Amino acid sequence: MIIAEQKPFEEIKGLVGSAQKVLVVGCGTCVTVCFAGGSREAAILAASLRMASKLDGDPKDVTDVTVQRQCEWEYLDTIAEQVNEADLVLSLGCGIGVQAIAEHFPKTWVVPGLNTSFLGLPAEQGVWVERCAACGDCILGLTAGVCPIARCSKSLLNGPCGGSQDGHCEVNEDIPCAWQLIYDRLKSLDKLEMLSEIRPPKNWRTSRDGGPRKIVRPDLRLYEEE
Amino acid sequence: MADQRASNGYVSGSNLERVLKSGNFAVTAELGPPQSADAEVIRKKAALLRGYCDAVNITDNQTAIVRMSSIGAGAILVSEGLEPVIQMTCRDRNRLAIQSDLLGSYALGMRNILCLTGDHQTFGNHPQAKNVFDIDSIQLIQIVKNLRDEHVFQCGDPLKGLEPRFFIGAAESPFAHPIEFRPYRLGKKIKAGANFIQTQLVFDIPAFEAFMEKVRALGLHQQAYILAGVGPLKSPAMAKYMKESVPGILIPPELIQRLEDAGLPWAGKSKDELTKEEKKARSEAWKQTGIDICIELIQKIMQIEGVAGVHIMAIEWEEAVEPIVKGAGLYPRPVVEPLIA
Repeated sequence: MIIAEQKPFEEIKGLVGSAQKVLVVGCGTCVTVCFAGGSREAAILAASLRMASKLDGDPKDVTDVTVQRQCEWEYLDTIAEQVNEADLVLSLGCGIGVQAIAEHFPKTWVVPGLNTSFLGLPAEQGVWVERCAACGDCILGLTAGVCPIARCSKSLLNGPCGGSQDGHCEVNEDIPCAWQLIYDRLKSLDKLEMLSEIRPPKNWRTSRDGGPRKIVRPDLRLYEEE
Repeated sequence: MADQRASNGYVSGSNLERVLKSGNFAVTAELGPPQSADAEVIRKKAALLRGYCDAVNITDNQTAIVRMSSIGAGAILVSEGLEPVIQMTCRDRNRLAIQSDLLGSYALGMRNILCLTGDHQTFGNHPQAKNVFDIDSIQLIQIVKNLRDEHVFQCGDPLKGLEPRFFIGAAESPFAHPIEFRPYRLGKKIKAGANFIQTQLVFDIPAFEAFMEKVRALGLHQQAYILAGVGPLKSPAMAKYMKESVPGILIPPELIQRLEDAGLPWAGKSKDELTKEEKKARSEAWKQTGIDICIELIQKIMQIEGVAGVHIMAIEWEEAVEPIVKGAGLYPRPVVEPLIA
């Protein structure tokens, strides 16, 4: 899922600026699960903004609402009235949610309350880790189910580099060496011979390097009846 | 012209290749470019190395700190009559920039290249930089080889004219982890096209002997020239730092003890109590011991079957190369004339 974290409160205050009627919009999907922008966080942030603006001598009208998924038009339609009444929408969705609101409500000024961090999973209570870089050409079948694009600091296809020590990456002792993990899994699954193959340079066109991406599925498209 | 050079028995005809192919025990050294645009620094360092090595590695923004480019410094070295080994990392350039730099450096007279992944940029002085790593070191080796032998760019398009004919080097860190995979990774680099290998610093001879035994079992020493990395330790503190903090460096405790012992005459006083002269004398004693240890390591390494030379990394201490090479009995360096086509 998408992992995000809330921006510092002072930065959020700056983004809200002089707007009087503020609508905080939470999202009920990924950012709810990672405790960054669900209904609970939206309500707390709205209350904090009300209190802070009152203390600053400029009390604002801050309300909150949470939709099931900010990244789908049909859910945004349900809050159209509240959005249109607001001077400013503070989105607690990921970057996709913020842009969906901007795109769906052309006359609305929307600002982000979160920093969208990565695609990952909760490793333990309160700990989230990156797992996918959305490169558009999955190689997990070659790397024992451990992604070197997302998890090796250098995205090596023929790792490990010389910086692998005691299972961790040269960048930081908190980063497990992805290639050590790949090695260990291939070894335990008796597939070490896969490491002897040289992987060619990656085609990054399917990643962001080819420009913004789009998928069109003709089989799912709706066509008007002739 | 290309065919002529290809048929003279060498892949590049570089001095390093000629020395290695003639069966001489090769010596390469290292030159770190300055954090400035001062060509004089390169000339001064070149003067310290002239005659004491067969080729000089020029580092490529080592430890991710911005310095004069390896190719720029290499061009100065060529004009000084020394032969550079251009180090090229995958950290700062994508496949377009790398290939154009290969063409440019060859046109400037450079003939040896060392293909490296590169230290991560978070180590250096621009940790905010976007990293590239479009390709990795093994893929870089393939690119250099395909330019030379197949006359094609990475995309498959043919070169339009003269191809760059590099003697291709790669690095290997025998003691980085997973340690049991390292000889096989070396094999991948050789399979990709590496002609010579320079290893990470070796201080632990039994560990390196064990590595070389595996290398020989795989027959790799017959497919590429393996140069063992060596370097003089400057002080016990430097040795401890390298042992603790640099991945893949093993330093036996007895070597650190020898350095400690060299400083014993000054051990009674704390750092603040030592005069400037005493500190200098202590530093000289440590350095001499570091050089002595390095000479002994080279002499032991020369006995190991399958080792074709040494790569001396005297980091920001190029003056040490002369006494090390002389002390190890590797001076003067051989002069190997090019084969006639």
